[in-house]
Amino acid sequence: MNFVLIAEQTLNGLQLGVMLFLLAAGLTLVFGIMNLVNLAHGALYMVGAYLTTFFYQQTGSYALAVALGLAGTLVVGVVTELVALRTLYDRDHLDQVLATFGLILFFNELIVILWGRAAIYSTIPEVLAGHVELAGGFRYPIYRLMIIVIGLAVALLLWFVVTRTRLGMLIRAGASNRAMVAALGVNIRLLYTVVFGFGAALAGLAGLLAGPIYSVQPGMGELILIQVFVVIVIGGIGSIRGALAGALIVGMVDTLGRAFLKPALATVLSPTAADTAGPAIASMLIYLLMAVVLAFRPAGLFPSAR
Amino acid sequence: MRKTTRSLLAGLIATAFIAAPAFGQQKLKIGFISTFSGPQGVIGEDMKNSVELALDHLKRKVGGLDTEVIYGDDQVKPDVGKQVAEEMLKKHQVNFVAGIIWSNVMLAVAPTVTGAGTFMIGTNAGPNQLAGADCNEMFFTTSWQNDQTPEAMGKYMQDKGIQDVYLMAPNYAAGKDMLTGFKRYFKGRIVDEVYTRLGQTDYQAEISQLRSKNPKAVFVFYPGGMGIQFLKQYSEAGLRGLFPLYSVYTVDELSIPAVKHAALGQLETRYWSQDLKNPANEKFVGDYRKKYGGKTPSYYGAQSYDGIMLIDSAVRAVKGNLADKKGMIAAMRKADFASTRGKFKYGQNHFPIENFYLLKTVAGPTPTADPVMEIQETVFKDHKDAYGTACKMKW
Amino acid sequence: MKPRTYILVVLLALLAAVPPLAAWLNQPFYLDLMRRVMIFAIAAASLNLILGYGGMVSFGHAAYLGLGAYAVGVLSHHGIDNGWLQWALAIAASALVALAIGSVSVRTSGIYFIMITLAFTQMLYYLGISIEEYGGDDGLRLKVRSQFSGLIDLNDPTAFYYLVLALLALTLLLVHRLVNSRFGLALQAARSNEARTRAIGLAPYPYRLAAFTIAGAICGLAGALLVNHTAYLTPEFMNWTRSGELMFMVILGGIATASGPLLGAAAFLLLEDLLQGWSVLPKWMTEHWQLYLGVILVLVVLYAKRGLAGLLPGKNE
Repeated sequence: MNFVLIAEQTLNGLQLGVMLFLLAAGLTLVFGIMNLVNLAHGALYMVGAYLTTFFYQQTGSYALAVALGLAGTLVVGVVTELVALRTLYDRDHLDQVLATFGLILFFNELIVILWGRAAIYSTIPEVLAGHVELAGGFRYPIYRLMIIVIGLAVALLLWFVVTRTRLGMLIRAGASNRAMVAALGVNIRLLYTVVFGFGAALAGLAGLLAGPIYSVQPGMGELILIQVFVVIVIGGIGSIRGALAGALIVGMVDTLGRAFLKPALATVLSPTAADTAGPAIASMLIYLLMAVVLAFRPAGLFPSAR
Repeated sequence: MRKTTRSLLAGLIATAFIAAPAFGQQKLKIGFISTFSGPQGVIGEDMKNSVELALDHLKRKVGGLDTEVIYGDDQVKPDVGKQVAEEMLKKHQVNFVAGIIWSNVMLAVAPTVTGAGTFMIGTNAGPNQLAGADCNEMFFTTSWQNDQTPEAMGKYMQDKGIQDVYLMAPNYAAGKDMLTGFKRYFKGRIVDEVYTRLGQTDYQAEISQLRSKNPKAVFVFYPGGMGIQFLKQYSEAGLRGLFPLYSVYTVDELSIPAVKHAALGQLETRYWSQDLKNPANEKFVGDYRKKYGGKTPSYYGAQSYDGIMLIDSAVRAVKGNLADKKGMIAAMRKADFASTRGKFKYGQNHFPIENFYLLKTVAGPTPTADPVMEIQETVFKDHKDAYGTACKMKW
Repeated sequence: MKPRTYILVVLLALLAAVPPLAAWLNQPFYLDLMRRVMIFAIAAASLNLILGYGGMVSFGHAAYLGLGAYAVGVLSHHGIDNGWLQWALAIAASALVALAIGSVSVRTSGIYFIMITLAFTQMLYYLGISIEEYGGDDGLRLKVRSQFSGLIDLNDPTAFYYLVLALLALTLLLVHRLVNSRFGLALQAARSNEARTRAIGLAPYPYRLAAFTIAGAICGLAGALLVNHTAYLTPEFMNWTRSGELMFMVILGGIATASGPLLGAAAFLLLEDLLQGWSVLPKWMTEHWQLYLGVILVLVVLYAKRGLAGLLPGKNE
């Protein structure tokens, strides 16, 4: 086990964590402010990936495709909120889970009708497709480094917006006492739509970043959605700080677990036992982690103060 | 309002009973089970297209009889597949059940179908149980036994004297079978054998591990979406030039459009290729491209096409007398039809004894076309599967 | 008799009439279909106990279907075909696991409860895939159905059908009695207003844990029935999407109602079957049936909260 490998895996864990954070941030924001469990968040991630891929194919300009993709996802998110989700704010979580589950089925088939069942071809633009030689002679893809940078930038931006701007103040106020904020003359419905749109844009950003490295196919949201839920539960629902912490923890644990669990087990068990136990435990690792966290902190690590 | 809803519901249920077809004419009914929903539906689509093409070629008369094909969706779930099969057997009273992509669905459906005295014509799944101890005279397959394809790759790499191979597959039954089959013929040094989580999307951690081990070659099995993700990430990590990548069931005509040049240079083994030169295959591939907007069929399609042709040869042999099951079994054992893979024989266990080729993914005919897979050499001639000896059938 | 109870009795009588009706119409397939509906109705009824009456949204209920099925399958794999033993183990194992999972999960609430139950079921699912001895994800075939020493032959479709019907009636009766007992009232009180329940001196935790365990046990029985019905089991029985389907059956039928689970299971499975295979429907509908199912489900949740049972005459709870 050499230092270079450990450093590389740490970077990998960071990148996975950041990707999870982008999705978790939008989800936890919506949950924290509007008390809405939105399973269809994964569908918005899928929409972001599809729209950006589509526009990139049509226009040949990555920058333009990203802008259009984000805008498109924003629009889809807002429309969905106005049409289907408004009525769910006052309902209990069960209703929200089920209704948004139905939305997932709907969106998946819609994508199938528009683009077919097969995964579509999505690629990184040339300029981002290479690698950098980092210290120690290992190569790291530029694109993944970019994801880390973007993710951390978004985290900074969110922190700034929520703590230093008027909008952020309204968001925090609306989270603790909705009625009072409305009574003070703030258009709470508009606020919710804005927040939801913001969350949708974050999901879309995660989707368009993930598209070129994962596969752009119907149902791609569900593959990552469970991990995202694990993140926000570990981190504490409604808290951006919790989402970041949870995402980084999950990203690290999952990556390092997959990389080092088997060799670690091989030192104490027989090689064949480590061969079977290693992958089996590694696939369950993040769930075990969540169970342990919830056993000691039933509200997550950084629950938002209410 | 409530009364109307109730009577509507009652009416609906009643109509469902009445609408069940119960005709008894001498029509041939084939039930075709595959996956038509979800991301794997793309495979079912290819199979259905091929079945329809076969019906076109036979002018909608399989074995000379008017044919109706009823399609059923197993949703990748064995118990749903079983229910669909039972519906086909009991409600539609089909004469043949064909299809099935997944081994676990096949293991649930095949005994149900053969147990009811109906033919099960598998057109993809090849679990070792059905090739061995659980073989059955009413079960035929037009595909292969799961292990054979990785065996071919193992033999190729063994013959080439490649050492220090790194193995990867998802952690489930098929994944383990693939690596077992590979190791049956590959006796060289194996650097490591890594199993990843089923459905995993991000392989960066495993790719880093791989690089640190510095193997001479990499052999993987990543079907469906996992293959697309792995290939892209392998390519983007710059590993394509460093470690030659060999695989089975990871790159095919269905996944190439999603990865394009990331698949270039990929080596796989298979019993069939779109460029296999025989009249039946040329007709199949050519007409498929014409009928379906220039798309190239995959091996799933070729197998399904052959499945219909196999049934055709059997019904023809008994002159349409569907009650003569013994006659049809004898006819099918002869494999006397123009298969897309060329001439082949059936083993004792009703699994084909066939050639396996090395395929390479090369650039397409024009700069903008997708890569295609082409045969490079023959690895196995008339290869039998490893489980046939456990089958007790004699003929 | 209350009108609701009367209707439930009628429904059960209709179910009893299915075998002779199916034989008369020469459509044995419907016997299998309705038997599958009833087995899922038992599972849905057990979920209704904790979800409908207890307010615990468990996304991991399918785990017990799987556990019950595996209990029977594993014993059969090792040569033990005694139905009494197999089914007793199915119920006991499910109850034990439910107790274990519940002791950790029931402490949490809301979204945390949903997530942790989901996590546990995923863990069991991955565990099932990893255990090669029992087939991994290839699953296990049940070569011999549960044997009941001559009392009943499960290979006889009609006898099996009536057994399931009897067990369904028993389950509905059990749930009904539980819910209307002191235990059940405390459970429902905790669901509607936890603070007040605590104020009068009732701690919700033991009631919830007990309900969770009982629900798990009943679902384990459903699992044993299911594996005998399909003669095959895979870890897919425990997948979280299955849990979602069970939840939908409960909601569709109407939560916290006596006939809800049966109506919901029937509606969901029949709808799924019809949407896919009904030759009368246009092709664009059957090919993309999941789209329409999704829309239907959203509409039901938004506007038909009381579910199908809400459409029946009688008092809504």
